[in-house]
Amino acid sequence: MIAFTLKRLGSGVLLLAVICTVAYALLFANGPSIARNIVGDQATAEQVAAKQTELGLDQPLPLRFLSWVGDAFAGDLGRSWFGPITVSDALVTRLPVTLTLIATAMIFVTLIATTLGTAAAVKRGWIDRVVQVGAIVGDAIPGFVVAVVLATIFAVQLGLFPAVSSIAPGAGADAWIASLTLPVIAIVLNYVTASAQQIRSAVIQQRERDFVRTLRSRGLGDGEILLRHVLRGAAPAGLTVLSLQFVGLLGGAVILERIFAIPGIGQLAITATVNGDIPIVMGVVVYTVALVVIVNLVVDLLNGWLNPKVRVS
Amino acid sequence: MTSSDTSSKRRRSSVALRLVRNPLGAAGVVILLVMVALALLAPVLAPFGPNTAAIGNTLAAPGGDFLLGTDSAGRDTWSRLLWSGQLTLLSALLCASVAIAIGLPAGLIAGYFGKAFDGVSSWVANAILSLPSIIVLLSVRSAVGPSVWITMIVFGVMLSPGYFRLTRTAVLSVRNELYVDAARVSGLSDARIITRHVLSVVRAPIIIQTALIAGVAIAIQSGLEFLGLGSPQDPTWGAMLSEGFRNIYTTPMLMVWPALAIGLTTGAFVLIGNALRDALEDMPGTRLSVKALAGAATAIGTASAPVRSRIPSTVSVRTLAEPVDATPPEDAAEHLLQVNDLEIGYPDGDGGLKRVVEGVHFHVDRGEVLSIVGESGSGKSQTAFAVLGLLPASAQVVGGTVVFDGVQTVDPQRRRIADDRMRPLRGRRISYIPQEPMSNLDPNYTIGHQLSRPMVKLLGVSRAEARKRALVLLERVGITDPQRTFDAYPHEISGGMAQRVLIAGAVSCEPDLIIADEPTTALDVTVQAEVLDLLRTMRDELGVAILIVTHNFGVVADLADRVAVMQQGRLVEEGPVREILHHPQHPYTRALLGSMLVGREPLTPLTTTTKGPTS
Amino acid sequence: MTETLLEVDDLVVAYPRKGLRAGATEILHRVSLAIEPGRTMGLVGESGSGKTTLGRAILGLAPVTGGSIRFQGRDIAHASRRERIALARDLQVVFQDPYTSLNPSMEIGRILAEPLENQRIGAAESRARVRELLDRVGLPSDAISRQPREFSGGQRQRVAIARALALRPKLIVCDEPVSALDLTTQARVLDLFLEIQQDTGVSYLFISHDLDVIRHISHDVAVLLHGDIVEQGPSLQVTGQPQHPYTQRLLLASPLPEPDAQAQRRAERRRLREEERIEGAERRTAP
Repeated sequence: MIAFTLKRLGSGVLLLAVICTVAYALLFANGPSIARNIVGDQATAEQVAAKQTELGLDQPLPLRFLSWVGDAFAGDLGRSWFGPITVSDALVTRLPVTLTLIATAMIFVTLIATTLGTAAAVKRGWIDRVVQVGAIVGDAIPGFVVAVVLATIFAVQLGLFPAVSSIAPGAGADAWIASLTLPVIAIVLNYVTASAQQIRSAVIQQRERDFVRTLRSRGLGDGEILLRHVLRGAAPAGLTVLSLQFVGLLGGAVILERIFAIPGIGQLAITATVNGDIPIVMGVVVYTVALVVIVNLVVDLLNGWLNPKVRVS
Repeated sequence: MTSSDTSSKRRRSSVALRLVRNPLGAAGVVILLVMVALALLAPVLAPFGPNTAAIGNTLAAPGGDFLLGTDSAGRDTWSRLLWSGQLTLLSALLCASVAIAIGLPAGLIAGYFGKAFDGVSSWVANAILSLPSIIVLLSVRSAVGPSVWITMIVFGVMLSPGYFRLTRTAVLSVRNELYVDAARVSGLSDARIITRHVLSVVRAPIIIQTALIAGVAIAIQSGLEFLGLGSPQDPTWGAMLSEGFRNIYTTPMLMVWPALAIGLTTGAFVLIGNALRDALEDMPGTRLSVKALAGAATAIGTASAPVRSRIPSTVSVRTLAEPVDATPPEDAAEHLLQVNDLEIGYPDGDGGLKRVVEGVHFHVDRGEVLSIVGESGSGKSQTAFAVLGLLPASAQVVGGTVVFDGVQTVDPQRRRIADDRMRPLRGRRISYIPQEPMSNLDPNYTIGHQLSRPMVKLLGVSRAEARKRALVLLERVGITDPQRTFDAYPHEISGGMAQRVLIAGAVSCEPDLIIADEPTTALDVTVQAEVLDLLRTMRDELGVAILIVTHNFGVVADLADRVAVMQQGRLVEEGPVREILHHPQHPYTRALLGSMLVGREPLTPLTTTTKGPTS
Repeated sequence: MTETLLEVDDLVVAYPRKGLRAGATEILHRVSLAIEPGRTMGLVGESGSGKTTLGRAILGLAPVTGGSIRFQGRDIAHASRRERIALARDLQVVFQDPYTSLNPSMEIGRILAEPLENQRIGAAESRARVRELLDRVGLPSDAISRQPREFSGGQRQRVAIARALALRPKLIVCDEPVSALDLTTQARVLDLFLEIQQDTGVSYLFISHDLDVIRHISHDVAVLLHGDIVEQGPSLQVTGQPQHPYTQRLLLASPLPEPDAQAQRRAERRRLREEERIEGAERRTAP
């Protein structure tokens, strides 16, 4: 198990390193173009050159990258080019907002999808049809369209929820709940049927395995077999889907935060992209990939812990 | 006999046919065709250019020159919808093409040749898959500026792992198939093997994947445009949606049209993808799960019967139309198990019922070993599972009774074994030894847990007591280090050991009857002999009755007191083991015994005399 | 001296271990056997004995790490793909599982034509040969345009045999070809094998775990245990009066279909086991 953990950890660190290198090369390579983008089309060549020097873009790329890596190890990801704020501060103030949204939504998705998927697999009948049709409908309509429609109906037309979120880190719980309700519903609607469908297939597959029949022949109850043996066996498949959805949500949150005006990392990323605030974009990439690595590591460890073949060796 | 010459053409065209016949699939095809036509005809149909603005006529209501009104810049919504469709569909096409162009060859190479390329490309694919695509696309946008095409190429790369994995998995599964080995033995080149045996397998999943991915591409592209990250000159549905969202309080209809266009198009792709999948899964050759469900039902099935009858048989097997006289004995209550006129059927899909067991009747006394013998499709396992009350959900017990120690378990109203009557018997009175030892132990729990749990539950003993008894049982079934096996997981022990563990489990709650379904078929002969010894010991020491299902007359002779021979769902002969083996009455029993190779004079001398070395 | 068709000498097969650990798992340790033209070598062993690997090594499907395999005098242990094409004419295979040895999406006609294609045989000739083959194995000629799923296990195995016969080979490696079949079907397919040998003079390397099957079809028998041949000789001798304790155990373990004879065999097996136990104990206590 220790060897397994170290291997997964190593793979994650390697991923982070590769992505940082590629992203840095991609984002910072073209110094003149970046500078031109900031000072505007009307600026003279001298102004562009001056901006380039000011931002340190005239240095060779490998050198700049190495110094960035050095700073990053010290926790310093640079400063925003457009405001008096460090990249880390900008991210750290917004990260909790985004994470709260994603985590809340994923808890609901997990609970509902597991219940629905299991019920569909065991009971079949109408629940099964609901899950099947729901999965197709969920696939067919892009998530952000669902979110836009929700925002239009409940916030704009009916005025039930605030259309523009006002959550600040210091805001009270009811403000958070009011702001998060619609986006969480949007996420759950969009994600729950797909994961329920996957869990359903995993449970069906697990129930058809030979040992389930043998356990029944031993006189164990159906409930015990379902909870202890079938769901345990289906768990890795469910975990994989849910972790993929979690990662997908790190991206999906960008659009949701725009629609519901939530001041999270996504909003920051859009503003930075439009402005050409490259250090912030780079920071978003680093934080996101680090989150992905952590989530994947947790899922790998959970899977390893669930699977005795990995655990016992 | 049907016209079989056209069967393969029929198969190929029938996928397309099934797709169109499926109402949802047909709807998807129609919607997509309409969208493509509108996009292609945009230059003809659109009254205005995509960016032609009527400055004085912003946010106009529908009507007049402007079929669907204008946006905040005075651009005609209908025209923009058409132009946007062109760009959006093209970008989806680009994205899917890039994804296939990268994923398919990489998957083929990685799957077929493996080695270092497989390791590296699989890591890269996993890495790409674990990145949130929107964040990647945002940073690409930061680096190279707004461009629909570059965005879609990058997104294509992001989606290529999907194809990579799909192809690689398919290739891996095919690569180890025996028919690929046979092609290798015939000297076929790798390229030939890939095009013939491998590509044909991945073709269908790739088409399905492409339909789904085109939908995703449109959704993502629209999402990015919605965020305002696209180029302002390029008309797209996403940009229109964004425009509508900004004016939501004044002209909400501006938002409806692009949302509808996006939803309909992505929806069409998903519907087509799903309908394709259904069409392919319905193909007779791929319906594995159905076969597994009612194994016996299909074995008797008519699919191969017309061909089978033409095979010249060197061993003549005649089928007796009438089963042996099956009058139930009067003293049914005195037997431990009494099965009377049992009939089991499966729905055949046309509203009828295919009978896999018909009029079967037999009994088992305490401490007695009855063996049911037959070939595949004889219904012998179905009969055994009916006694256990563990038939598949789709099975129907159409007639007859199963009486165990005075309890009749068939529920004739619901045409199944009554679970409430069966539950107190299972494990406690009747237990089960399966055929395949490994797959019948849950890999996630230790042997010890799986052995002691039923004792805690059924006998009400403490966990410590159950543990003690389990260790005794393991020793009793001939396991040399019980403690180690108790603590082991199933993957840590051998098949023979696993079967001993399952036998220990079967006798753990001191049942009166053990149902053993081909308990030695999956084992080596030397292990089989030991397992048979063990079963005999259990019977002698515990006085438990055994109903053993087998196809092997050697096993019958070794263990059974009485034999019942089954053929195609019917019981053709039954009696004491010596009587049946020495003087078989039924022609089928005779044919079966005649097929045994033991004691037959080998025919090899025949072949040596005709063709010897000439020199 | 007769010309030997296949000669396996000190064959070693080892698979590289998975993962980062170096080394290899040796499946066969210096195995030797020879097959004469028109004869059948039966290879018997239990799971894990390496019997399938031996067959695959001869076919070029397993990595040979030592020794030689001579076919008609030429060493084919490391034959190239090009040499294998030529070899395919003389060396063919029938696998155990009739369900996975035929591509489910190909028609029987195309499956049977596959070995012919590679040998530059014309379409008309190829078609005629396929018909001939179907007839030879007792399948109707309309099977050409059907798919494997339309056939039962025994019939599929006939198709696999027909495919092996397509190029009129001199040796067919048969890897458990009747193990997945019902008793009555098994007997018929074995008869087919014998008939074909009688007609064509083909040799078989017949691999099976079933001593009865091996005795029925083989002229010579080799017994494989954990990658070593422990006993080899004429069929009747090896299966009738086995010399090696393992072969004896194998023979006594296979149950007879007659209760009294089986009871006797069982008693004999127990006696042998008891003897071995005592011997083993003595060996352990001996200095």
